[in-house]
Amino acid sequence: MMKNLIKSNTVIMLIFAAVVLTAPMWTAPIGANYPDLLQKFAIFGIFAVGYNILFGLTGYLSFGHAAFLGIGSYTAVWSFKLLTMNVVPAIILAVIVSGIFALIIGYLSLRRSGIYFSILTLAFAQMAYSLAYSVLTPITNGETGLQLEQQDPRIIDSMFGVVVTDGLPSTNLFGTLMSGYSGFYVAAAFLIFAFYISLKIFRSPFGMKLLAIKSNQTRMKYTGFNTKPYLLTAFIISGMYAGLAGGLLASIDPLAGAERMQWTASGEVVLMTIMGGVGTLIGPLLGAGIIKYLENIFSALNKSELTEIFSFMPEWLQTIVVNISNVFVGEGWHLTLGALFMLIVIFLPGGVMEGVTKIKDFILGIFGKGEDNRTAEIEGEAK
Amino acid sequence: MSNILEIKGVNKTFGGLHALQDVNLQIEEGETHAIIGPNGAGKSTLLNCCIGRLIPDNGSVTFNGKNMIGMEAHDINHAGMVRVFQTPEIFPELTLLENVMIPALAKRDGTFKFNPFKSLLKETAIHEEAMATLADFNLDRFHDHHAGSMSRGDKRRLELAMGLIQHPTLLLLDEPTAGMARHDTNATIDLLKSGKMGEMTKVIIEHDMHVVFSLADRISVLARGHIIATGTPEEIKNDPKVKEAYLGEQEDE
Repeated sequence: MMKNLIKSNTVIMLIFAAVVLTAPMWTAPIGANYPDLLQKFAIFGIFAVGYNILFGLTGYLSFGHAAFLGIGSYTAVWSFKLLTMNVVPAIILAVIVSGIFALIIGYLSLRRSGIYFSILTLAFAQMAYSLAYSVLTPITNGETGLQLEQQDPRIIDSMFGVVVTDGLPSTNLFGTLMSGYSGFYVAAAFLIFAFYISLKIFRSPFGMKLLAIKSNQTRMKYTGFNTKPYLLTAFIISGMYAGLAGGLLASIDPLAGAERMQWTASGEVVLMTIMGGVGTLIGPLLGAGIIKYLENIFSALNKSELTEIFSFMPEWLQTIVVNISNVFVGEGWHLTLGALFMLIVIFLPGGVMEGVTKIKDFILGIFGKGEDNRTAEIEGEAK
Repeated sequence: MSNILEIKGVNKTFGGLHALQDVNLQIEEGETHAIIGPNGAGKSTLLNCCIGRLIPDNGSVTFNGKNMIGMEAHDINHAGMVRVFQTPEIFPELTLLENVMIPALAKRDGTFKFNPFKSLLKETAIHEEAMATLADFNLDRFHDHHAGSMSRGDKRRLELAMGLIQHPTLLLLDEPTAGMARHDTNATIDLLKSGKMGEMTKVIIEHDMHVVFSLADRISVLARGHIIATGTPEEIKNDPKVKEAYLGEQEDE
């Protein structure tokens, strides 16, 4: 009874929304309660949740999803330049344009599966990155990145008589500025919406078919399914999620650079998803949160701060420890990420969510209420 | 009786190997037709030519009046010709119930349907049908187990259930009892003989003569790519050509 209640979509969404919207409060003890970081949590959470619809459900590992993030950002900035500083059209256009690109890239890449698919997506993303840097400079403004200018046309804004006289205009949602906490709440609202769509997909016949494709694609074909359109649809949906994330990034900070499309950015979302738990609903979100939080801490540290942290040690030990740990912070924070990723993959192949399940089973075991989760879930489905 | 499947003049070569030579075969509606023959005779090749895994070099495969050659595997499935595989081709990570729901959804949804906002909980008709089919195969109490964790015999019965739930016009069974213990083999024979399975038109490829003679209405013997005889079990038993090519050797083993 209680279990079924927890499994109901409405209850999940209510809990989820409450947790997300109260984030500024419960992140305070870990020192993450400032808007910049919270915005990143929400935006990269959307990116990872969308990526999981492709990778988690169909098992197709795309190494080029940052391309859609970048395309979303460029589209949004162009919308600010040409149409209006309101974020609504920018985000809608970002989702549509990245969806169109996902259709093309997905159609071509999905002609192959496995490692060849991954390489194709990687190649397309690197092409997008290189193009943005070189040939497409008129659209992307190359190395400098696409920025707002005071003399941009902003057709819709000027129709309504909005004239900017000094400095650059700011992005807004019908007048509310997108900076600080309001920016976070807009991103959080999109995250809640994005999570709801993902939840619906996971629990639909469509989602079950995607899982079956991951399990045995050949069998799906002989069972009467044309697997290509299923895979392409999943690819496009996850591309649109990436576009949404890119559009939100640009809405909060109206600047788009090519480095957003680089393969390291594509790799990051793969890490987030695997670290949190591939194919689980909430895992990728946790992965995104953990990586962005740790990045925030470790990349900000420097030698002098380390010296302060380890000041309780005798001087000779302090020197050694500071010199070693210095490699892992600041620019070297990716080393920490790599080490953490290795630890998780080796000891918890199912990501953080596997750890959560293990702890839950352990606690339930202590109280003698060990119950097969899967059983409960199916019984829930049966009712 | 009308022919449901007609194979005419089918040839298939793999490099220098002539796997099928001018194969002609008619499957009548309602019959259980066994195809037997020594290893390497071309039985699996013939089946693969029917379901779109292989394309014959020439000849025709007509099912229900429609040409099947060059059609995609999923379209052949929807035409009503469904194959049950020799090595269990199931969805190991899904539960037994989900394994049976998938083919039922294929039957209802066609080759592609985008319904991401429909809840699985509302698929009560599919759910009930899947549970009933599992019950037919005595698998219903395992409905929430992962298919990958089941025994080989259970996996093969699951395969049969996945084929049956699609109510095919023609069911192609590739060695349905291979690797089974005698007890399981007999249980499978009973399953294939009785109920809905019994009424269905079936083509069975089989090595086990006990299975063949318990089930088949007619038998075709394939040897080195040729159909050397087609007839009732009695006729086949007494055919000198068959004895020479196949049965004699088999009994010596």
